[in-house]
Amino acid sequence: MLSAVYHQSLRSDLSAPSPSNLESQVGNTPLLQLQRTAAAFGVPEQVSLHAKAEWFNPSGSIKDRAALNIIQMAEQNGQLAPGMTLLDSTSGNMGIAYAMLGAARGYKVKLTLPQNVSPERIAILQAYGAQLIFTDPLEGSDGAIVEARRLAAEDSSMFYANQYNNSANWQAHYTTTGIEIWKQTEGQVTHFVAGLGTSGTFTGTTRRLREFNPAIRCISMQPDGPFNGLEGLKHMQSALKPGIYDDELADENRTVRTEDAYMMARLLAQNEGLFVGVSAAAAVFSAIEVASQLKKGVVVTVLPDNGFKYLSERFWKE
Amino acid sequence: MTTIRIPTPLRPYAGGESTVAVSGGTVGAAVDDLTQKHPDLRQHLFDGDKLRSFVNIYLNQEDVRYLNGADTEVAENDTLMIIPSIAGGLN
Repeated sequence: MLSAVYHQSLRSDLSAPSPSNLESQVGNTPLLQLQRTAAAFGVPEQVSLHAKAEWFNPSGSIKDRAALNIIQMAEQNGQLAPGMTLLDSTSGNMGIAYAMLGAARGYKVKLTLPQNVSPERIAILQAYGAQLIFTDPLEGSDGAIVEARRLAAEDSSMFYANQYNNSANWQAHYTTTGIEIWKQTEGQVTHFVAGLGTSGTFTGTTRRLREFNPAIRCISMQPDGPFNGLEGLKHMQSALKPGIYDDELADENRTVRTEDAYMMARLLAQNEGLFVGVSAAAAVFSAIEVASQLKKGVVVTVLPDNGFKYLSERFWKE
Repeated sequence: MTTIRIPTPLRPYAGGESTVAVSGGTVGAAVDDLTQKHPDLRQHLFDGDKLRSFVNIYLNQEDVRYLNGADTEVAENDTLMIIPSIAGGLN
């Protein structure tokens, strides 16, 4: 009985989604200095290495920024209204961000994801009440994209958030991440390094930083091949190319081998006290390669999430 | 023949095929036969002699690491799947 009343009261709130305190905590993440790791890899003293600790976002990853902006933009232009279902494909973090924000704002969230996402991720998504549709693990994240497109075409009553093609994704970083990095380095940033997944982080942050100072070198990073263990990153040459990806934007493109990211994840945990996810470790590996070639400079990279969602991976024990 | 299902990103290195029929009575022998048929696959799957740590091989939905590894026996009509660990395994 009580439960019925509770559910009814929740329903009546659906007509007026209001920004929660949770949402005000999205962004403004700390910029950490990784001098110990930099020194261990021979980065010159005149070069400082910094990283945005994106797990400080409420759902635990950088994806809160894009998910919040996608939802707000869709509400503003009338694509998303109370009672509707948000649909998208995800390999994890974006889904978790949608699921958290959807629960807080009263939207149902339906996600397509490859069947081989980690048990941790599935448990988190289910805890937030998201509806999950698993796709063939052999098809990877592209298989989930294709299925989301199919579902969107089949049922137009849903809002298809389409993170790979929605400009609200990169704009979230243009209006937040890029400005934060500029301010937190007091305008001293000389190099920006970020991994490519949807490419939203790299695209938005780079466009903003270049407005502040066109001389900042912006370097994109991706897996070294189509078959890799770098969760959340895309090998652009072989994957379905995101509509928001601009392959002319980067000053330089770098690649990282999965094993190097694993090594860096263990090292950051043990030598720096930073327990980060695999794509974060790949970003640090790449940023260190960039920093090592400089005589002086301020290198900034992005750590999309921490390591908790990767605990079932074997590499921590290797 | 045992069937090995190939994930999309590796198909270009397996002659564009989504499945390859292989021989061999164990997982190790079956994978060896696969990489002999399609040598370009080897660098993606192995680091030296060792299966790369994000590469999982499933025998009829079971991760062979939790069976008998490369020595796990496979029968004629079994299906093996090669799946990258996005994080963890097949649920």
